[in-house]
Amino acid sequence: MAGKRADTADDTIRLRVPFGEEVARSLRAGQHVTLSGTAYAARDAAHKRIVEAVARRERLPVDFRDQLIYYVGPTPARPGEPIGSAGPTTSTRMDDYMEAMLELGIRATMGKGIRSRKVMELQKRYGAVYFQAIGGAGALLARHIKAAEVVAYEDLGAEALRRLELEGFPAIVAVDAHGGDAFAEGQRRYCRL
Amino acid sequence: MVEHDMREIDVREIGDRIREMAVEVSWNLGTAERECLRRLSEEEESPLGRKILSAIVSNFEIAAAERRPLCQDTGLAVVFLEIGQNVRLVGGSLLDAVNAGVRTAYRDALLRMSVLNDPLLRANTKDNTPAIVHIEIVPGDRVRILFGAKGGGCENMSRSAMLNPSDGKRGVVEFVTRAVQEASANPCPPVVVGVGLGGTFEKAAILAKKALFRPLGKPNSQLHLADLERELLDSINRTGVGPMGMGGTRTAMAVHVEAFPCHIASLPVAVNLDCHSHRHMEAEI
Repeated sequence: MAGKRADTADDTIRLRVPFGEEVARSLRAGQHVTLSGTAYAARDAAHKRIVEAVARRERLPVDFRDQLIYYVGPTPARPGEPIGSAGPTTSTRMDDYMEAMLELGIRATMGKGIRSRKVMELQKRYGAVYFQAIGGAGALLARHIKAAEVVAYEDLGAEALRRLELEGFPAIVAVDAHGGDAFAEGQRRYCRL
Repeated sequence: MVEHDMREIDVREIGDRIREMAVEVSWNLGTAERECLRRLSEEEESPLGRKILSAIVSNFEIAAAERRPLCQDTGLAVVFLEIGQNVRLVGGSLLDAVNAGVRTAYRDALLRMSVLNDPLLRANTKDNTPAIVHIEIVPGDRVRILFGAKGGGCENMSRSAMLNPSDGKRGVVEFVTRAVQEASANPCPPVVVGVGLGGTFEKAAILAKKALFRPLGKPNSQLHLADLERELLDSINRTGVGPMGMGGTRTAMAVHVEAFPCHIASLPVAVNLDCHSHRHMEAEI
């Protein structure tokens, strides 16, 4: 499977989250995965709070070791449902927080869009991986979130830190821990300028 | 025209229409957008791109069937009001009525509150107001309302430039193409590309925004601009960005260009991108 581009459903890798460094380093850009297990939802404002808490040497609301952070700010849940629409937000905005988050032990991130050169280098150093979920598919992706619970920063509303229970959540390995970048590779293949 | 020939329109009626449109666009993607995305999912050469597009098609089908937001980013409300000069607005403040429509829609339909009170203080207003409102006074006695829910990810990838007049059409094509190429996956391609040409610095940006509200794929009525739209669409699709930036031959759903006269020294150009969840509607009172 390593190094091979996976374009059909049959090649999908079923992953349990959280996972460790060995699993992260085994993944390759372009592979299709489904994610099942526990992950955390955080975006701009929650990242800012986390990083500020670290700077003040405060105790953090969760242990981030080996965790997957999903960059998402969902719509409010309907009564009786775990979450509203819940597609990925643009990951680029979290690039500047990446080193601090990797220091806290996170193993993977998921969002949409490209990452900086610096994030690619950090992922190599820390053994971390970045998944792209399909942007704008919030109604579809919410079906793969079976539970959601605010664990901190409730005042941030959609931007609160949430614990999520994923089930078969589809994503693509976009940037791997070896410098592989599915955006650059895919675009190079089809560029005709 | 004397005052008794004025037609009275209650601003609360405008607010009600905005409320209805804000709810509807959040879950019901337009017919032209659906047909376009279905067509692209067949035309796209990349197998991964086709797979992504078919998920996007599934998403708008689920959203419509279950009346759920297409995307968790239910947007900043952008409203163009073309107000006939023979209309007399009654029933209170127009802007208050617009914001009341937005506030009610976002609360009742469980949409996401994505508006902050200040770009630096960054406290959520918790009701998705204020809306961005552009008002034009036009001939006639009607009010035309264009409503759009504008996502942040694609808005962030917008840009403008004051080109040199000698850059000409070629300079415009290069600038717009580069804007889409460098935006890459971030604005959720396939995108709708609004281009504003001419006017002044700010006029170009407003034209680019308004271009997004045109019925999808309807060409500009001026032939040289319709030609430019075709050339831009071809050039943008050659970037290889593809669906969600993962490579492919279909990067844009449509390119809409709006132009305005400009200074002898200037060639202003602005590019405003919208994601594949291209949510807009219009109404007339």
